[in-house]
Amino acid sequence: MEPLMALAIGLLYATAIFMMLRRSIVKLVIGLLLLSNAANLLIFTTAGMTRGAPPLIPEGMLQPVGEVADPLPQAVVLTAIVIAFGVLAFAVVLIRRAYEVVKADDLDKMKDTDT
Amino acid sequence: MRPEVALPILLPLLSGAVSLLFWRSRPMQRFVAVAGNIALLIASLWLFVATLSEGYITMQMGSWPAPFGITLIADMLSAVMILMTGIIGLAMGIYSLATTGRGHEKFGYYPLMHLLLAGVAGAFLTGDIFNLYVWFEVMLVASFALLILGGERAQMEGAIKYVTLNLLASVIFLSAVGLLYGTVGTLNMADIALRIDMVEHAGMVEVLAVMFMVAFGIKAAAFPLFFWLPASYHTPPVAVSALFAGLLTKVGVYALFRVFTLIFDQSMGYLQDIMLWGAVLTMVTGVLGAAAQYEFRRILSFHIVSQIGYMILGLALYTPLAIAGGVFAIMHNIVVKTNLFLISGITHRLQGTYQLKKMGGLYKERPWLAVAFFISAFSLAGVPPLSGFFAKFVIVRAGIEAEAYVVTGIALAVGLMTLYSMVKIWNEVFWKALPEENHVPVSSTPSGDDGRLIKPSLWMMYLPVVVLALFSVLIGIFAEPIMLVMNTIGEQLFAPEGYIEAVLGVAANAQEALLETDTPQPDMNTIGGEGTP
Repeated sequence: MEPLMALAIGLLYATAIFMMLRRSIVKLVIGLLLLSNAANLLIFTTAGMTRGAPPLIPEGMLQPVGEVADPLPQAVVLTAIVIAFGVLAFAVVLIRRAYEVVKADDLDKMKDTDT
Repeated sequence: MRPEVALPILLPLLSGAVSLLFWRSRPMQRFVAVAGNIALLIASLWLFVATLSEGYITMQMGSWPAPFGITLIADMLSAVMILMTGIIGLAMGIYSLATTGRGHEKFGYYPLMHLLLAGVAGAFLTGDIFNLYVWFEVMLVASFALLILGGERAQMEGAIKYVTLNLLASVIFLSAVGLLYGTVGTLNMADIALRIDMVEHAGMVEVLAVMFMVAFGIKAAAFPLFFWLPASYHTPPVAVSALFAGLLTKVGVYALFRVFTLIFDQSMGYLQDIMLWGAVLTMVTGVLGAAAQYEFRRILSFHIVSQIGYMILGLALYTPLAIAGGVFAIMHNIVVKTNLFLISGITHRLQGTYQLKKMGGLYKERPWLAVAFFISAFSLAGVPPLSGFFAKFVIVRAGIEAEAYVVTGIALAVGLMTLYSMVKIWNEVFWKALPEENHVPVSSTPSGDDGRLIKPSLWMMYLPVVVLALFSVLIGIFAEPIMLVMNTIGEQLFAPEGYIEAVLGVAANAQEALLETDTPQPDMNTIGGEGTP
């Protein structure tokens, strides 16, 4: 499972960077979205994947029996997803407003503040 | 329970919530902006005094024992940064009353300002690396919204660069946190510091260190990833610019100081050289960029980059004295840089432009404003006896002691170039006569950023400027007691055992011994670790 995940994550990062390097601001935002998803999957995978062992404590016991999955990375990923979602919502509104003001879906046309 | 550690986070959150409740009431929001920030200043003073006497103050959230819950910890560095946040917060609260257009106030300027301060305070106080990420995001989202309030073309273009680069940095930071958790199995920074020495893969630790360096380097606007800063900081309303210039990039520098003294102190090696030359190039590019500019706020923006170089130089030299100097530079820069932006706002109000070529004659017209600018600008350049001199003096001395002569020489030359830029502003804005074609009558109706008329309340703009200029002088005069605090910071950061002990509650070596006997490699699958029955 891990090699497959690693491959998927690498592909996500690569696609995200490729999208971000393009001129269109819409593609830029798609790139940012993919990038945050890649990071979330990375956390999920590197923290160790334990299959079919939810971290539950059986009744009458004080700690779980045998190997169980680590619940912390899932809490972390959940938080990161929510944050990424909020930021993405902002980014979408931003590019819409930017498009209205600049009238172009092209990063090359946004050089006013660079000189 | 140590409420003083949590208060600097809770108070701005509370002020933000109250201000949101009074969404339609402009006077109430303005009242909360000042009252809330006065409360924040008092809380930060309390924290500072308490930390000064005790060294470390920790608070475990929800009383969960250290490596499992979220820890809030204030050491001297955090306390000083929180104190600066309080001071700048109040200065901005007052200054905003006079400069913020009604249009901005209507769309939540004040609540956003409070939330930004909450994010900054949270980042300074947390002892948990993922929590640090969360506070960074709280701060960033508030700053995004503040940056585009008004929605002008320049703001949109600046915001796209600012948002993209900062989100990229956040994702690198988040990926690094994930990999770090996979490597050491904990998120508590003190616990990480203990366990990272026991990681078998030295290469993995180096990769992590570089990822953190890049992520915080982007956020701190270090070379070569600084270009979002001069592209965006001059676009928003001036109070927002000043707040960003004073505090936001310093949070990135603070994170660098924290992570590279606490977690990655062992693996500096060649990373130290990278950081050293990164710092030097940051100084040089920043100051050269500023030399080419003729827009007031853009010059100042490039100087932020340049000054960031000094701070990182203090960290990269990595001696207690150099770290103390770096923190001194952060502290001095927060005051001075904010003040310079505030002054640029006043000159804009008086002459209606930020273009140096079109300004002039202010020395004759407003001598006291000229004095305030003079103090701040020459303090930035490092002229004695102002605050910048001592910051630079300590770093240069640490550089000579570390036998890094080339680097120190460049740092001094950059100081000279800074003086050149500041003298340029001085000549153009204050000394030269006002150009004929831009003859603004002195009694021109002042207007807010959105062009609508607001009351001429210049004293609200002058008050923070005068107080901050006074601070710069006072820091210079009372350099010795301040240096004592800075030396404490240097020692605390250089020997993180105290920090680790304060968080985990046991002596660092005892904890380390426990780890070695109990679990040589942290096992992913045991929840609770060695503490639970």
